[in-house]
Amino acid sequence: MATHKIRVTVNGAAREAEVESRLLLVHLLREEFRLTGTHIGCDTTHCGACTVLLDGQPVKSCTVLAVQADGRQVETVEGLEKDGKLHPIQEGFWQEHGLQCGYCTPGMMMTSCALLARNANPSEAEIREAISGNLCRCTGYLNIVKAVQYAANKQKEGAHVAA
Amino acid sequence: MIPAAFDYHAPTTLKEAVALLSQHKDSAKVLSGGQSLLPLLKLRLGQAGHLVDIGRIPGLEYIKEEGGMLRIGGRTRESTLERSELVRARYPILIDTAQVIADPLVRNMATVGGNLAHGDPGNDHPATMIALGAQVVAVGPKGDRVIRIDEFFLGLFQTALQPDEILTEIRIPTPPARSGGAYFKLERKVGDYATAAAAAQITLGSSGAVERVGLALTNVGPTPVRSAAAEKHLTGKRPDAASIGEAARLVAQASSPSADRRGSVDYKREMARVMAVRALTKAVERAGGR
Repeated sequence: MATHKIRVTVNGAAREAEVESRLLLVHLLREEFRLTGTHIGCDTTHCGACTVLLDGQPVKSCTVLAVQADGRQVETVEGLEKDGKLHPIQEGFWQEHGLQCGYCTPGMMMTSCALLARNANPSEAEIREAISGNLCRCTGYLNIVKAVQYAANKQKEGAHVAA
Repeated sequence: MIPAAFDYHAPTTLKEAVALLSQHKDSAKVLSGGQSLLPLLKLRLGQAGHLVDIGRIPGLEYIKEEGGMLRIGGRTRESTLERSELVRARYPILIDTAQVIADPLVRNMATVGGNLAHGDPGNDHPATMIALGAQVVAVGPKGDRVIRIDEFFLGLFQTALQPDEILTEIRIPTPPARSGGAYFKLERKVGDYATAAAAAQITLGSSGAVERVGLALTNVGPTPVRSAAAEKHLTGKRPDAASIGEAARLVAQASSPSADRRGSVDYKREMARVMAVRALTKAVERAGGR
């Protein structure tokens, strides 16, 4: 079986790898690139712990082949923090205690980032719909929703200051 | 879980893709969104020697009205369909359907063509496309052909597509004035397949009577369930609670669900009837019937 030489931009940096056809994106990230912030939960396309952004869209990286990401942009939880400063969504999860065990958190945050990128002011229903493919077994989702609302408000303030 | 080894191909033209399928025949599978195929391969419920990824072929993702038809490119993602203003304004039954397929993350990869071509009776688009009287376009070594959707689903995971054909377009006749459609799905949780679901598309005449009705059920048989008797019953009648109730009873009677964790045979048939009542009622409402 042939291998494929792929180039992927991960969190803004160009990366290369030689991959088997069957290698999953989540394994490329965790095992080749050592970015272990992306978790493997159910491994059956249900839980969303492995969510990353592929060309800006949240997808389950256990259900994407690494070779499908060739030439594309991937963003993982490691890319959220910039220059030692937490991303508003990270700050939100911290301030609102949007986690207990933390297993679902990277996926929750990536999904939430994508939501806020296309809808800066989501309603509670829109937040709940957006994260409906990410399972949390600890929190009951209440604080996760608050964390996303915190980030939305924070980003609005930021935009206001920048303007 | 790791799938068994296969070769991956990323053709950039349809011609090249069809040639690869012809060359590898039964050992090849088309990879569209991969949200059903990759789990199957990972669970090793299925095997493929070759995956032909059609995701690098330009021009297969579009939604447009042209020639009296809504045309949806086979590789159009569910999330694109769901956010289309054209679809929202003119084909709300498609929004109903897309919104209950798997979950939002899966819908960023999953495609409309894949949902049909997979031939899974649990998938949601098949019943809706039957209600809408759609057609699909398949491209193979001898060029393209148009297949009527009610001749497309042959059995469990079996469709009219040949191993070397690719579903490239879905065509939905633009409904006339005073038309409406709806899709209702009973599911245990987000991401589940339907316990039962129903799609209904109705056109009303000037008198308020039903001129045309398409009605089909999801996941209560090896293929989407349709009933000529149910559609005949409603046609020409005023769509009131009695006529809708009887049509729903007739289509549910034509179903053949199997018992599993989602419920018993009787329960599923009853839920199919309830979903059919709701879908028909909403379709009439959207057609401006009340």
